[in-house]
Amino acid sequence: MSDLAALFFRAMFVENMPLSFFLGLCTFLALSKRPETAVGLGVAMIGVMGATVPLNQVIYTGLLAPGAWAWAGRPDIDLSYLSLLAFIGLIAAFVQLLEMLLERFFPAIHAAFGVFLPLLTVQCAILGGSLFMVERRYDLPEAVVFGLGSGAGFAIAVVMLAAIRSRLAYADMPAGLRGLGITFILAGMMSMGFSSFGQMVAP
Amino acid sequence: MAADPRLRSALIAPLVAKNPITLQILGICSALAVTTSLDTALTMAVSLTVVLVLSSLIVSTIRRHIPGTIRLIVQIVIVASLVIVIDQFLQAYFFDISQRLSVFVALITTNCLVLGRTESFARSNPPLASMADALGNGLGYSLVLVTIGAIRELFGTGTLLGLQVFETVDQGGWFTPLSLMLLAPSAFFLLGGLVWAVRSLLPEQAEARETTPPEVEEARP
Repeated sequence: MSDLAALFFRAMFVENMPLSFFLGLCTFLALSKRPETAVGLGVAMIGVMGATVPLNQVIYTGLLAPGAWAWAGRPDIDLSYLSLLAFIGLIAAFVQLLEMLLERFFPAIHAAFGVFLPLLTVQCAILGGSLFMVERRYDLPEAVVFGLGSGAGFAIAVVMLAAIRSRLAYADMPAGLRGLGITFILAGMMSMGFSSFGQMVAP
Repeated sequence: MAADPRLRSALIAPLVAKNPITLQILGICSALAVTTSLDTALTMAVSLTVVLVLSSLIVSTIRRHIPGTIRLIVQIVIVASLVIVIDQFLQAYFFDISQRLSVFVALITTNCLVLGRTESFARSNPPLASMADALGNGLGYSLVLVTIGAIRELFGTGTLLGLQVFETVDQGGWFTPLSLMLLAPSAFFLLGGLVWAVRSLLPEQAEARETTPPEVEEARP
């Protein structure tokens, strides 16, 4: 149990997706201008990552991993090179399904952050979460915890960055630094802060 | 190719003036993680350029046969298949570099730059122009990656491509490696600085203010 808690906090703070692995930066930078949109994006990330990483874990161990077809008498089949296609297909299908369900049953939620859902198909952090899951050989409970923790880490980082950026709206800075430039420097400072969490969870 | 000015501008413009990273904010995801040393940055740049050019060629060749509703899925499948080929190639011939790049080669699939170019250009242009545009964007991306990779490796370890440039203190020289350069924050700072430099040289790229500051009467002494 404590292992899972440690994994959760490590995925959330120490191995923060945007700030230490640079994953999902496109949406991280593009949608962090207003805190409200950032909260919507964060919630969508937690939901999608918490669901797709375990689902991909099941697909990988059940169908693609070397030896997964041993029960059918074909232990030498190794389909792991197909994992990329399978993962991206599952993520795209899941995002599409989630959008349709939200639109049908929870139109208010869909109106609030439905616009971010299609973007999440090509989000590096979500695909990255599934790929890390394979590389580090997580089992199913670990995959659930890792997915939720990474999503929560992304959410906390994007909300914090949006809060800082909205405070900077009136700041008088050099013209060339405005917008993207200062956002990178802010993200760098946040990344320094998050790197000090490294001591919090012993590896 | 040089005879057609449109092709040439499609090739040259993305290098600095319309650079995919500093202006269009595309493809940053993978740009920063692989730049701790120059050789991983170069490998990544070459892989991305190859994937980008080939996927633009394929998408643009079959552009009249892709139904509009499922075009994103079709494009992602094309890109993912090319990425699998590149990934298997790297694992076969450059195993140690492929280990250091870990998942980032596979993440070219979701690189916004590839989908952005196939979606916005290759889908509505003939193959030759699409390839020129893809090559230009790939080179612009490579330029930023190689610049940052070179700075981080040079100041982080004193080497370039594994060759000793600065004599470090450990070897009896004068240079103390800046270990911050190898950590995540420095990549953000360097890219931020690069964006600042480019936009100061090309002022038309600077972003407009979101809010106008209130007029303040300066207090006169």
